Amino acid sequence: MNVFDWIVQLMGIALAVAAAPVFVGWVNQCRAWLQNKSAPSLLQPYRGIRKLFHKDAVIAENASRLFRLAPYVVFGAMVTAAAVIPSIATRLPFTQAADAIALVGLLATARVFLSLAAMDVGTAFGTLGARREMMIGFLAEPALLVVIFVVSLTCATTALPMIAERLSAQSFTLNPSLAFTAVAFTMVLLAENARIPVDNPATHLELTMIHEALLLEYSARHLALMEWAAALKLFNYACIGLAMFIPWGIATSHAPLRLAVSVMLLGVKLLVAGAGLALIETLSAKLRVFRAPEFLATAFLFAVLGLLVRLLLGA
Amino acid sequence: MNMTALPWDLQLLNALAALLLLLSFAMLSQRRIVALVDLLALQGALLCIATLLLAWRTGSRHLFVSAALTLGLKVIFLPWLLHRLIRRLGVYWDTEPLLNIAGTMLVGVLVVIFAFGLAQPITALASTATRNSIGIALAVILIAFLTMITRRKAMSQVVGFLSMENGLFFGAMSATYGMPMIVELGVALDVLVAMLVLGVFFFQIREQFDSLDLKHLESLKEDQ
Amino acid sequence: MEFIILLGAPLLGALILGVFGGRRLAPEVNVGFSLVTFLAACALTSRIVAHGNLLVAREQFFIDAFNVFLVTLTAFVGLTTSLFSRPYMRIEAEHGRVSSGQQRLYHSMYQLFMATMLIALTTNNMGLVWVAMEAATLSTVLLVTLYRTPASLEAGWKYFILCGVGISQALFGTILLYFAAEKVLGSEGVSALLWTHLNAVKGQLEPSVLGLAFVFLLVGYGTKVGLAPLHNWLPDAHAEGPTPISAVLSGLLLNVAMYAVVRCKVLVEGSLQSSLPGRMLMGFGLLSVVLAAFFLWRQRDVKRLFAYSSIEHMGIIAFAFGMGGPVANFAALLHMTVHSLTKSSIFFAVGHATQKAGSQIMDNIRGLITLSPTVGWGLMMGTLAILGTPPFGVFASEFLILTTAMKQQPWATPILLLALGVAFAAIFGRVQSMVFGDTSAKRLPHPPALIPVFTHLGLVLLLGFFIPPYLADWYRAAARLIGGE
Repeated sequence: MNVFDWIVQLMGIALAVAAAPVFVGWVNQCRAWLQNKSAPSLLQPYRGIRKLFHKDAVIAENASRLFRLAPYVVFGAMVTAAAVIPSIATRLPFTQAADAIALVGLLATARVFLSLAAMDVGTAFGTLGARREMMIGFLAEPALLVVIFVVSLTCATTALPMIAERLSAQSFTLNPSLAFTAVAFTMVLLAENARIPVDNPATHLELTMIHEALLLEYSARHLALMEWAAALKLFNYACIGLAMFIPWGIATSHAPLRLAVSVMLLGVKLLVAGAGLALIETLSAKLRVFRAPEFLATAFLFAVLGLLVRLLLGA
Repeated sequence: MNMTALPWDLQLLNALAALLLLLSFAMLSQRRIVALVDLLALQGALLCIATLLLAWRTGSRHLFVSAALTLGLKVIFLPWLLHRLIRRLGVYWDTEPLLNIAGTMLVGVLVVIFAFGLAQPITALASTATRNSIGIALAVILIAFLTMITRRKAMSQVVGFLSMENGLFFGAMSATYGMPMIVELGVALDVLVAMLVLGVFFFQIREQFDSLDLKHLESLKEDQ
Repeated sequence: MEFIILLGAPLLGALILGVFGGRRLAPEVNVGFSLVTFLAACALTSRIVAHGNLLVAREQFFIDAFNVFLVTLTAFVGLTTSLFSRPYMRIEAEHGRVSSGQQRLYHSMYQLFMATMLIALTTNNMGLVWVAMEAATLSTVLLVTLYRTPASLEAGWKYFILCGVGISQALFGTILLYFAAEKVLGSEGVSALLWTHLNAVKGQLEPSVLGLAFVFLLVGYGTKVGLAPLHNWLPDAHAEGPTPISAVLSGLLLNVAMYAVVRCKVLVEGSLQSSLPGRMLMGFGLLSVVLAAFFLWRQRDVKRLFAYSSIEHMGIIAFAFGMGGPVANFAALLHMTVHSLTKSSIFFAVGHATQKAGSQIMDNIRGLITLSPTVGWGLMMGTLAILGTPPFGVFASEFLILTTAMKQQPWATPILLLALGVAFAAIFGRVQSMVFGDTSAKRLPHPPALIPVFTHLGLVLLLGFFIPPYLADWYRAAARLIGGE
């Protein structure tokens, strides 16, 4: 662990934090293309965040300290997660802490604080959003954990960087179990990041909101941090997915050439992933809220099927 | 890590087996009857491909004939017959099943675990290359059975029944590279005749009850 | 050769009647083909008695002591039922319940049903047993729904689905059997599915696989036998179809399914060297007897009543085969014969009674003895026979079974006695009020032809007194074959 490693680590974090809004912008761009509309520029999310930072925060009178604290906690959790996920390299200083299950716990912490903050002020929509968010989370977490179990079984470890290394080391084989878990993971990604078919991120109808309802009370810098955290969450999920299912190209050493190649490959993978996400969103219709458990049950089912197929066929 | 790479045809067979299992679950949750029949046809197609792969791998001639039979009967003729029946009888949607979809899926998962456990002794004794798929075949059979139980429209029960036959065929293939030709021909003939009889039967039911909902067929009680 | 005629006659009959079955002389043609089948069966029997077991068509068909008497029984009851159905279907057509197209279907399916049962009985290939059983089911589905009433449609649907699902389990059992056999007999040709070959190597077959296979086979073929708890289709199917079909379903198809179960039991017992198959059969048998006896009380429809009686008797037969050993097997085989004859004769009498009374509900049938003495006495004697009254044959077989049970499985004897007693009370009470009750209807001008009824009852009576030596030898040979203890 020398200074160079730490520099690479910090660079990785900075890259993630900086690139997250662009990723969201790219997904919006693709969606607009698919819908034959013209999208705002790719850098629009940055402008939005900057605008919010310049404003004055307006906070409700009965808001507690939790309300003010929550944006920082959530953003911090997301940044920590970004540090731990092996998006460009696998042998970084934080690798020892990069247990996949701990990662799930970190994301759960963020969700808990978000929901608590929404309920803090006592408005109807906040509570509505919080309860819906917790319902989605409560159903999505088992699916996510089973996905991680399957991948861990395949690689005999729960450390995400080790998983990435081992999966990229073997030759290409047709693994039905991994295919099923990839589908399950995509469905969980859609649910957790408030994408269609579970939640429409662009809606302004409060009664249909799940994630947006949690942010209704926030303004200015708090809102900026929350939005940035949401973008970062999507980025993190995408990187987790890539590390587990498409790990080829992640640098295992710290040669500068390898790192540069890794960063470029990551960019390409994220471009494709973003386009894929936009495609899924365009092709699906938003589910009614009470159908969301069915959607997540299907995701859980896929994950469990992957587990069973792995145990039976050994593949 | 013990991941040795299998030859590509065995990998493909494993993938096909997993897809078959997935299709059974898809049929379990599907409410549109037309889509149900299409899934059945797809299941037949996957079976046909798996049989062809096995035939190519083992060089057995009767498996080729078997694959052709599957193609003709389960992929082309039976789905066509069922679609024709659906059009003429006008049954397009199934009603809400007894247990909700999510609950049914979870029961399905338990059934699959049970089937895998039940198939362990057979897998241990088999000598075919596809012996691991015996558990999947048994799971497909039991899930098809579950599909039949949780349905209320006669047409969906029939599709479940045919899916069970598909599972049996796959089981025979995985465990013993197929049954002797004469038995397979007999089974195919039986399935065919059963469907034809059913076609006539459905019209009789519809004529009498103006509906193919099974609640009309549950009135015979013990004290009658 | 007699065997070709045996199978060829009904198949040819099905074809011809499929075209001409709606004509005036169709019932006579039906009787004709059944007669030819019966004569071929008798010829085959005499050949077996003279020369011993027979293998036909490159070992695809196998006739031995066990199935030859079943073949003759099937052909005989087929003949008498076709005789019964001649006037019966004529009257049904006159009442307008059956159209000419339905007559055609009825006659051709009848012959086809006979053919499939005979194939199931004589084939050596376990896979073909399955195919024939399923074909037998399919050929009778449309017959059960012949009258197109809501009740018959429901009965037909239950019959189709429940038997279909059940028999799929039997197919899985057959696949497992083949799987175990392939290791020993190789996968060339059909050798691994031929019963004779399997019987020769049954000690070498893998016990765990065969145990699992037997469970599936028992559940599958047991559904067709009507063993509880898989019996739901039976009362409806036997009650809602035309009476001749009820007679052959109750009398013949249940026997054929039982035969299939016993053939499998022989193989599995040889492999497992334990009494597990026997104990399973006993369990299912007892359950059927008890369930049927208690359900008998709630019946209001006369054909359903006797359908439950069939379940009960099949349970007794299953129990006896489960016990195993020479005496129990002998008794079970005898019981299969007499039950077949008696139950079909009862259904003949019931058929006439319901036709006269215009209804199947027992409360609506009264005073048969005044209406037509032959029908009344026929029904009364048939009922007494089936309830095990001496000196009828059923008493002899039930006595043997009970005494064997007292020696080998004493705990089961009180259960059996109780169930038999309950059934006696239920059926006798109903039939008595049907036969001897008051009625204001006048006696019929001409008596209906009841030769089949009295022929069967006469045979059953004979078998109660005296079993001809060749028949007794057959039963003993078959009992030895089935083995088990």
